[in-house]
Amino acid sequence: MPIIDRRNTFDFTFSLITAFASAVVVLLIAGILVVLIRESSLSLGQFGVVNFLKSTDWDPVKENFGAATTIFGTFVTTALALLIAIPIAIGIAIFVTEISPNFLKEPIGIAIELLAAIPSIIYGMWGLFTLAPIMSKYIEPILKKSLGSIPLVGLLFTGTPMGIDMLTASVIMSIMIIPFTASISRDSFNLTPEVVKESAYAIGATKWEVVKNVVLPYSKLGIYGGISLSLGRALGETMAVAFVLGNNHQITASLFNAAATITVTLANEFTEADKDIYLSSLFYLALILFIISFIVLALAKFFLLKAERKYSR
Amino acid sequence: MNIDQKRRVESIIALSLSTLAALSGLFWLVFILGDVLVRGIGALKLALFLNDPTPAGVAGGGLRNAFIGQLMITGVATLIGVPIGVLGGTFLAEYARGTKLARSISILSDIMVSVPSIVVGTFIYAIMVKPIGHFNGWAGAAALAVIMIPVVLRTTEDMLSLVPWTLREAAFALGAPYYKVIIQVVYRGAATGILTGILLSIARVAGETAPLLFTSFNNSFMSTDMRGPLASLTASIFQYAMGPYEDWHVQAWGASFVITVFILLITIAGRLIIKWRYK
Repeated sequence: MPIIDRRNTFDFTFSLITAFASAVVVLLIAGILVVLIRESSLSLGQFGVVNFLKSTDWDPVKENFGAATTIFGTFVTTALALLIAIPIAIGIAIFVTEISPNFLKEPIGIAIELLAAIPSIIYGMWGLFTLAPIMSKYIEPILKKSLGSIPLVGLLFTGTPMGIDMLTASVIMSIMIIPFTASISRDSFNLTPEVVKESAYAIGATKWEVVKNVVLPYSKLGIYGGISLSLGRALGETMAVAFVLGNNHQITASLFNAAATITVTLANEFTEADKDIYLSSLFYLALILFIISFIVLALAKFFLLKAERKYSR
Repeated sequence: MNIDQKRRVESIIALSLSTLAALSGLFWLVFILGDVLVRGIGALKLALFLNDPTPAGVAGGGLRNAFIGQLMITGVATLIGVPIGVLGGTFLAEYARGTKLARSISILSDIMVSVPSIVVGTFIYAIMVKPIGHFNGWAGAAALAVIMIPVVLRTTEDMLSLVPWTLREAAFALGAPYYKVIIQVVYRGAATGILTGILLSIARVAGETAPLLFTSFNNSFMSTDMRGPLASLTASIFQYAMGPYEDWHVQAWGASFVITVFILLITIAGRLIIKWRYK
């Protein structure tokens, strides 16, 4: 129980004020959930839960709404971004903890943190004016030529490379989430006891074998935590992808096509929603995003807490 | 090739790939920052800071209204978010120290720190814009404050926990009530850390765009009225970058330059202060 002393009026008042201030966080989370459910009730009542999740309709004119296209877009861009970001992030962590000379550790650490501090709208603008032209001119045609003719895989790289598409959005998103995974992985790598690593070296293991068989298994929980945190961030990322995704509600195989995520749909359509059911459906999307990212972030926290307990033993 | 050589080659390949990964991280940072700095400096003219926007397509406009609006929104958000965050962190680290309640709230705040900011925007829209019927600056400030509170709360909690418990016991032994111990002893001991946390939280919200899109919205005219729609740098960048005019794009780069430099300076300063104080 919190230490609360009723004998001293000042102290009692102060403790109540601080207690209320900390309760604000809980009230906010509950408030967001309640308000989003209330606002989406109209759409919830009309389309239900399963139907809304399954339906690929997004037709403001006929007032027919479903979440499948935006969930698809969210899932594909996020998955691809993680696929690009995780190996690079873990590579960075390995470099900083095992390879880099001491005088380089600090500057690289700071550089990674600065990458995390750049606001997402800057990423978005840079993506639109700098990365998208590079993607459409050089990288995407190369991908199309080299991988486009392979059966099945080729389906991912068909169509005209415009630069405004899922691939570009995923690349930007991956640059944004590298810092989260990298810094958490680095911290967990650093917690591997030197003695365990030295015993592996002593029986003749190469550096890579030490990393692969000692450090990585030891810091597994921390890495999972870092990845889940990055996933949570990527799911909710708005401005970095709003510029380059095209906001087109469709489900396609090719990564060269425009798509829509929940966040981009909200950013583009929220202020334009003129009908109640339209706005309510947008709130419904926000509710789905809130629930998914809350679960993912809770999972991240779970891994990190478990890792913390393991290392402190 | 025998197995020893194979293992050695494998090791060299894997470690080279890691080095490449680290270089690519640096590459992106230099690429993005360099681009923003080079394109931004070219756009920095006095007119950008002193003029209001001109009608679309007419040259010579600036973003004075957005600079002022951004300062007002961020300022009010700081005034709301910092006291609640610091007091809440005080409860977790002092009165409720070590309890399950404190741990649960701490975990919830950690989750809240990463909740999509655009969801916070929709939430504030529902409670502060829809009932009134029009966008307003207060709503924008409230949205940023909601994002700020858990950040400040968690850093305050961590910083207060770093103050040695014996220091408090010394004050208790002199007969001081807990609130006096907190205000006169613990806050003094943790002041640098808390201030740094506040600085970093300001850097965090200053670049937020998504929660402002449907709360404070945007305004092409000079306005300091928090009850109406208010321009902000980030919302203006979004509008200008997506717009068709070259002049708008240049101004968007200029605004991006200012906001990026501001945030990076605060972030670096924060790191330096923490390093200087706690090492």
